[in-house]
Amino acid sequence: MSAESPPPSEWKDRTWRPFVEGHPERAQEFLTSGGIPVEPMYSADPASEGAGEYPFTRGIHPSMYRGRLWTMRQYAGYSSPAETNARFRYLLEKGQTGLSVAFDLPTQIGYDSDAAEAMGEVGRVGVPINTVDDLDALLAEIPIDSVSISMTINSTSSILLSLLVALARRRGVPASKLRGTFQNDILKEFIARGTQRFPVEPSMRLVVDVIEYCQKEVPAFYPISISGYHIREAGSTAAQEIAFTLADGIAYMEACRDRGLDLVSVGRRLSFFFNSHNQLFEEVAKFRAARRMWARICRDRFGLDDDRACQLRFHSQTGGSTLQAMEPSNNVVRVTIQALAAVLGGTQSLHTNGWDEALSLPSEEAARLALRTQQIIASESGVADCVDPLGGAPFIENMTDSIEQEALSLIHEIDERGGMLKAIRDGYVRRAIEDSAYKSQLDQDSGKTTPIGVTRDGEIPEAPFSVDPAVEAQRKEALSTHRAKRDQAEIESHLNHIEAAASGDSNLIPVMVDALEAGCTLGEICTTLSRVFGEFQDHG
Amino acid sequence: MARSGPIRILLAKPGLDGHDRGIRLVLRALRDAGMEVIYTGLRTTAEQIVKAAIEEDVEAIGLSSLSGAHETHFVEVSRILKEEDAEDILLFGGGIIPQQDIESLQKAGFDHLYPPGTPLEQIVADLRQQLRPGERENDNA
Repeated sequence: MSAESPPPSEWKDRTWRPFVEGHPERAQEFLTSGGIPVEPMYSADPASEGAGEYPFTRGIHPSMYRGRLWTMRQYAGYSSPAETNARFRYLLEKGQTGLSVAFDLPTQIGYDSDAAEAMGEVGRVGVPINTVDDLDALLAEIPIDSVSISMTINSTSSILLSLLVALARRRGVPASKLRGTFQNDILKEFIARGTQRFPVEPSMRLVVDVIEYCQKEVPAFYPISISGYHIREAGSTAAQEIAFTLADGIAYMEACRDRGLDLVSVGRRLSFFFNSHNQLFEEVAKFRAARRMWARICRDRFGLDDDRACQLRFHSQTGGSTLQAMEPSNNVVRVTIQALAAVLGGTQSLHTNGWDEALSLPSEEAARLALRTQQIIASESGVADCVDPLGGAPFIENMTDSIEQEALSLIHEIDERGGMLKAIRDGYVRRAIEDSAYKSQLDQDSGKTTPIGVTRDGEIPEAPFSVDPAVEAQRKEALSTHRAKRDQAEIESHLNHIEAAASGDSNLIPVMVDALEAGCTLGEICTTLSRVFGEFQDHG
Repeated sequence: MARSGPIRILLAKPGLDGHDRGIRLVLRALRDAGMEVIYTGLRTTAEQIVKAAIEEDVEAIGLSSLSGAHETHFVEVSRILKEEDAEDILLFGGGIIPQQDIESLQKAGFDHLYPPGTPLEQIVADLRQQLRPGERENDNA
């Protein structure tokens, strides 16, 4: 260091002050309950990189939650579009700041509610959406030009995007005003979640079609949310979760590059989705390591020289697999610890699980308590008043380094195998996750890690929520009315256009939008696509 | 009627549910316990499951569902088994099965329904007890 060593507040002067001039913080000053002032960020070496500076270990924004709290985004959906609309409006009324749609499995895999494959599944784990009318009912009285909408949709994301564009046209909303996120992450479906409909290559083409179309027509949308959540739920370790997710991210960046898309624009609209489990410090370190690793991947592998393109933005959700069916109210405490980890780790948005979700979908009361948990952390705990409050602690910094090292060596292994697509196809990724899952189950069985309140003959209470099985029949009837009033020749002609487009290499979204506007359904489009693409087959 | 030799099991996921962490753990634990296990993968229909069970001459079928469609699919498998006169094949299940649904599934022949987190050794022990009642603990290993 030179004789004129930098003043101790260097990060504050260099990055924080210029930022807050344009983006005022929530308060003029932040004080503890006893009146002690809280600095924006603490660091043993004020000259070292801080929040808002590459590689963003300490956070992507200089003021983080002092500027704006994370988005509280509860995932919901069940039964019918109208019933889910009622739950959405209830959550918005209680102060939720974004919507997150859970679709039923037939919609996720590309079957209409009246398909044979949909039997017993309609409206069970989410809402069925087959037509523009369905999406209109789901979002009734919700302003789609101001409320951001996240959709957990993957193999059929291209169709949900097309439905949303068609709905925006119907309502006279410019597509450029639509805000939200499509999960659109097909690789983790092959790895861990299981809703893939088509083989890997055509699935990847559809992912890139969505990214490309959004870049041009729906620029305020995040067209992909690369997800480690389900990888962790399938039993991975924390390091595997981020390694496999970032490796998926690399595969998507490569696919976008092959399509000829501008990677800076792509990078600026990528988002991620991680899990938050019980081990608080391990989770915080994981989020910090993931941010740093992704920034370096963008700069070193893809040559991106743009801060926003290198920033890892992420949604997080508390760990569903950590919830216990025995003494389920204990789950409130687990969810609180996990939510705290996500916030201390610098998440951009958060879903907190309902305490009763090991039993069924959450009851309304449990969904409210889950949201209240976030609000209490945000408003009453003071943790949102200081950026990366655990950063700098030797334990956290060492843990961040250790997780990063382990994840880097896993990504190296995937590179050696010829990239993520090959590593998925040769079974490496699933095997690695399954080994971790088996080990953790044996640890639990042996009593080493048995959750509190769980015993061999403990009682499981009744499920608090159930979906009315009559929904399936109602949906069938509504679809049959819908089909009857269409011009069949027009429908056939639209589906033929889709088939022709799928056989070529043009973007499929425009023809899908036209088809859906004319009354085609999600199931009809997927059946058409499968004639060209083939169907995924699982052989166990 | 009890057979001897390695226990043969078919594991299956009926319907559209993609949660296969649990069934894959069970698959591994049963194999580690010396059983012969066939897993038919995601999205198999009740007809396919029963057909495979008969062709593979298994002694038990284990079904998994975490998506709320257990009543439809589990009961359908049990119905087709009866139709095919294959009721001697034992049924068990696992996943997120609400307490209020357990009685009707037991009537359909599912003696054991295992919630997530069930110790794997318990599933192994139950199958041995039902299928090889006379044998001692490690005879199959």
